[in-house]
Amino acid sequence: MARAAVSGRLAERLRWRVARLVSFGDETEAARTLVFDVPGWPGHLAGQHVDVRLTAEDGYTAQRSYSVASAPAGSQVELTVQRVADGEVSPYLADVLEVGDQIELRGPVGGWFVWRAEDTAPVLLVAGGSGIVPLMAMLRVRRAAGSRAPFRLVYSIRTPEDRYYQPELRHDDPGVDVTYLYTRKAAPDGARPPGRISAADLHSAGWPAEFEPACYVCGPTGFVESAADLLVSLGHDPSRIRTERFGPTGG
Amino acid sequence: MGIVSRGFQGRSRRSDPKLPPGQYLTDDFPVLSAGPTPRVNPDRWEFVVATETGTRHRWTWPELLALPSERPTVDLHCVTKWSKLNTSWQGVSVSTLLADVETAADYALVHAYGGYTTNLPLEDLLDGQAWIAYRYDGDDLAPEHGGPARLLVPHLYLWKSAKWVRGIQLLLEDEPGFWETAGYHDYGDPWREQRYQGD
Amino acid sequence: MTYELAERYEDGNALAGPLAEIFAVDITSATGRCTECGTSGPVATLRVYVHAPGMVARCPECDHVVLRLVRGPDSAWLDLRGTVSLRFPLPPATD
Repeated sequence: MARAAVSGRLAERLRWRVARLVSFGDETEAARTLVFDVPGWPGHLAGQHVDVRLTAEDGYTAQRSYSVASAPAGSQVELTVQRVADGEVSPYLADVLEVGDQIELRGPVGGWFVWRAEDTAPVLLVAGGSGIVPLMAMLRVRRAAGSRAPFRLVYSIRTPEDRYYQPELRHDDPGVDVTYLYTRKAAPDGARPPGRISAADLHSAGWPAEFEPACYVCGPTGFVESAADLLVSLGHDPSRIRTERFGPTGG
Repeated sequence: MGIVSRGFQGRSRRSDPKLPPGQYLTDDFPVLSAGPTPRVNPDRWEFVVATETGTRHRWTWPELLALPSERPTVDLHCVTKWSKLNTSWQGVSVSTLLADVETAADYALVHAYGGYTTNLPLEDLLDGQAWIAYRYDGDDLAPEHGGPARLLVPHLYLWKSAKWVRGIQLLLEDEPGFWETAGYHDYGDPWREQRYQGD
Repeated sequence: MTYELAERYEDGNALAGPLAEIFAVDITSATGRCTECGTSGPVATLRVYVHAPGMVARCPECDHVVLRLVRGPDSAWLDLRGTVSLRFPLPPATD
């Protein structure tokens, strides 16, 4: 079915827009959510990302891509940035950028790794670390649209302290089940020992393949490939699995 | 130029009048790659020089290591704008490898494991301008930097110094390689800032 | 489990921004077909090497180069020789 992503005057979508930081909040010790005001923002779909460009005084530039974390809300765009050790861009965004400062954004871009509120099929979201960001946008768009599509989120992180979007993800959104998988610490109730995502995890926390859910998997390349392979081994149709790899450091 | 973001510095870089135009000095050694890192077993490694008549000269890994080697210290200039000065290598001069090769060719197409290619004039590989290098900074050359062996031709942009080198094809006519067919310059002299076709 | 990062690639979603400068529609949903092994799939599933003098997108099955993009100061060089064609989903024609 042919559906365009957010349409708009072509010239508007291509160009770099100035984004001004209006507020921020730390999700964890390593990750910060930045709220930008982007005049002229054409809106976006859940799952899309932006390219961020920073220019230094001598004209040197650096660009990185970040998934949009928020549901569309006028000219407001939220990104959640994880500090990468020795990174060039993320330490600047997470530590140096102050309210009132400006960066440049291009987008929104990406039309494949997208969930639309008109979709009614069950959805399985599988997040590795900072891969939760675009999936959170999907949960937020679902809530804002009053969608009843049943969602299950399987969120793999090292420890409970590494979870983003608390307490928002702990609220009981009707029709949303959240399961956390910890790779470095046992679950608080001790039911699951620490370890990487397994077929058993996806079997118990995900949807059965017969439900033909739309699956979205996001995180570092290695995680995404493992998780996608596990879903296929559980019988999910590969064409129903959409993936977004962040590269080794997870964005 | 885009708007300047207050306080953004970027990767530590210094410009230096001794650098080619547009380059920054770096202290680390960035790894750039167009594909998966080839893993080549030295038992199966070979280096082949093929002339325009089809004659092939071949060296195995032990044969390469048995050849007289040099320890050049050279500056590296990458087209992505970083430069790294005074890097130490060990390798066989390409002049040594080509000493007994009979050819009327003017051009070379360098081949690497994994399919990468790059072209340059044959004369730029001679006269002490190029090596097949297998040690960097006192250690065996690591795979991500082109090990077991790479071409090193530092007077041109670093994309000409093909990692995972496996041979040189001598040609009567210039044949553009991987990046040259995608918009990069056929020659690539950093001092004349020949980054892209047409520069 | 292969978490240990053996290779530094991302996926075709990384092409969305750079190719938005060239294509009027999103490219990540376009379907390509590898000229080497015939595998078809969305551009979003290509393995994209971004730490290079340009972007190199390879077939996820056979690693053949499907697409390359070099962005110069006043041009973008797009090489598509590794795909038979690209099929873009579009809204129905309205005439």
